[in-house]
Amino acid sequence: MASAEEVAKEAERRDIRDRWVLSAPALIIIFLAASGPLLIVVIYSFLTPGPYGGVVWKFSTDGWLSVLLQRDIFDDTLAFADAHLSIFWRSISLSFYTTVLTLFFGFPTAYFIATRPPKTREVWVFLVTIPFWTNLLIRTFAMQQVIRNEGLVNTALMALGIIKQPLQIMNTDAAILLGMIYVYLPLMVLPIYASMEKLDFRLVEAGYDLYAGRWQVLRRIVFPLIKPGVIAGSILVFIPSLGAYVIPRVLGGGKNMMLGNLIELQFGAGRNWPLGAAISITLMVLVMIALLFYVRNASRSEGAHG
Amino acid sequence: MPDKPDRNAIEVVNVRKIFGSGEGQVAALDTVSVSIRENEFFTLLGPSGCGKTTLLRLIAGFDFPTAGEILLYGQDIAPLPPFKRPVNTVFQSYALFPHMTVADNIGFGLEMLGKPKAEIKARVAEMLKLVKMEALAGRRTGQISGGQQQRVALARALAPQPKVLLLDEPLSALDFKLRKDMQIELKRLQHETGITFIFVTHDQEEALTMSDRIAVMSAGKILQVGSPWDIYDKPAERFVADFIGETNFLTAAVSNIGNGKARATLKSGATIEATVAEGFQPKDNATVVVRPEHAKLTKDKGELSGTVDNIVYFGTDTHIYVRLDSGEVFTVRQQNTRSAGCGFERGDKVGIVVGNDAAQVVRD
Repeated sequence: MASAEEVAKEAERRDIRDRWVLSAPALIIIFLAASGPLLIVVIYSFLTPGPYGGVVWKFSTDGWLSVLLQRDIFDDTLAFADAHLSIFWRSISLSFYTTVLTLFFGFPTAYFIATRPPKTREVWVFLVTIPFWTNLLIRTFAMQQVIRNEGLVNTALMALGIIKQPLQIMNTDAAILLGMIYVYLPLMVLPIYASMEKLDFRLVEAGYDLYAGRWQVLRRIVFPLIKPGVIAGSILVFIPSLGAYVIPRVLGGGKNMMLGNLIELQFGAGRNWPLGAAISITLMVLVMIALLFYVRNASRSEGAHG
Repeated sequence: MPDKPDRNAIEVVNVRKIFGSGEGQVAALDTVSVSIRENEFFTLLGPSGCGKTTLLRLIAGFDFPTAGEILLYGQDIAPLPPFKRPVNTVFQSYALFPHMTVADNIGFGLEMLGKPKAEIKARVAEMLKLVKMEALAGRRTGQISGGQQQRVALARALAPQPKVLLLDEPLSALDFKLRKDMQIELKRLQHETGITFIFVTHDQEEALTMSDRIAVMSAGKILQVGSPWDIYDKPAERFVADFIGETNFLTAAVSNIGNGKARATLKSGATIEATVAEGFQPKDNATVVVRPEHAKLTKDKGELSGTVDNIVYFGTDTHIYVRLDSGEVFTVRQQNTRSAGCGFERGDKVGIVVGNDAAQVVRD
């Protein structure tokens, strides 16, 4: 007869073993699908490009150097790669504007939904998620149909006699921005709505009761309390914006590239896989910085709730 | 209760509030009028759904009346938004701002009124002292107990020195002991600040112990307004008598009405003197109420007679349930003494003495 202590120890051992067994599939997937490929990308970034794409197994830091610098083909000096820098800048600034503008439009939308009666709320949330049913590519082409020179907007404005020449929206940064706002708006609305739904509206009443006007209530009570939702929404919009590929490709034309297109270029026509890998990792680092910012802010506002 | 020749702080004039529309509409308040005096501790008492909270929210400005006027010192405030009314609320859930400290919560109203920083600081310190929360000024509201949150909510609502303080069942979330302490605390605060308190509760005992005057509400109407003593001893309506305290209901023929008194002939044939509400007309089967502590049990003959059905000991007193000869059950409350029992046993044939100052005729 085993003593109680032995039984307890055996149970504990079994418990630990079961946990490993149960989490094994997840661990394997994480290793094979996330860590493994990432490792390959890191290794590739330190190799030499092959003449027809691919890599030659020879160590080189050229890939990394080329992320921000370029070697002059005549005198071999290094200079900042203006083309890459402008693409980095476009990616970051367009993602930033996308985040700010989706917040600008998403916040009132979320507020509107959260203040409806519960049953109506579900309908509105449902409507917000409808765009997700359609493929991103199709949604982007739909946007193209709206803004192109012979598209909906220009045709309507010309028919009304407001403009004589069609507005050149397609193939500009504005087109990319418009496309990204359209595509990522729900990702801003939903997390803000989620935290706003949890917001105790009696606090809003308490604010009004204590002589705070509508703007003060928004600024001093509503906004601080739904900040986690705003931060989550901002991250959810900023990160995919930074790596956007389809939208700049379809709406920005060939000239207005973003990081995603630059990476694709290196793996395709550019035949510089190490550079592509290095830019990919750079993008990932940018995303991680954004996430760190989020985690720091989220933990701070959690502390604020006691 | 001495009636001071005071001004009215709040006058509610023919206020109706209808929620919903079409067939689903509900009259939460059905033509309610009431005047609340300056510096008064006034209680709106009634069961849930009677409209008491609706009335409070109309005074606070969170809802707007469908019809009627709400006057604050003679000025109609019904169309004003809540942030333009010199009225503050203590919410049932306290509704403290979780992202602010205790001190910031208390100072919020003053800050919104645009008071200078030094004044806010001094006033917050004063309020913290008033509710004995100085030590916890820097805490977040999530880090303090329910009773402490209650105090902060009070201090926050009192800090801007409102003309009227509205309290929406503020004690209902506290446990029994704390609730008793806070009742005394509230009375003290009302006395010290001299602010008119309008207090909403469904707890009749709370209403009786704290209020200067009580309005008893039911189904969107105010049934009776009066001092706790009026409400308890001279209920005008059957509902009021039933809702407040324990009561025996008897059927009697009421006649000879005059001077607030009447003759009530009980089914047993006995005749007693009863007080009667103004405007009551003689009636054959009127309802007469007798509080259990106002009747006496005797082994001799009384106005009523019956058999002891049950005896329940309550510590301070004993309730004796008597099955009357007419079939109803009548409760008599008898004060306990240390040495003796109640003197009766189940099955005893007893008489019930209803004194001349024990019965009240009520409207059904």
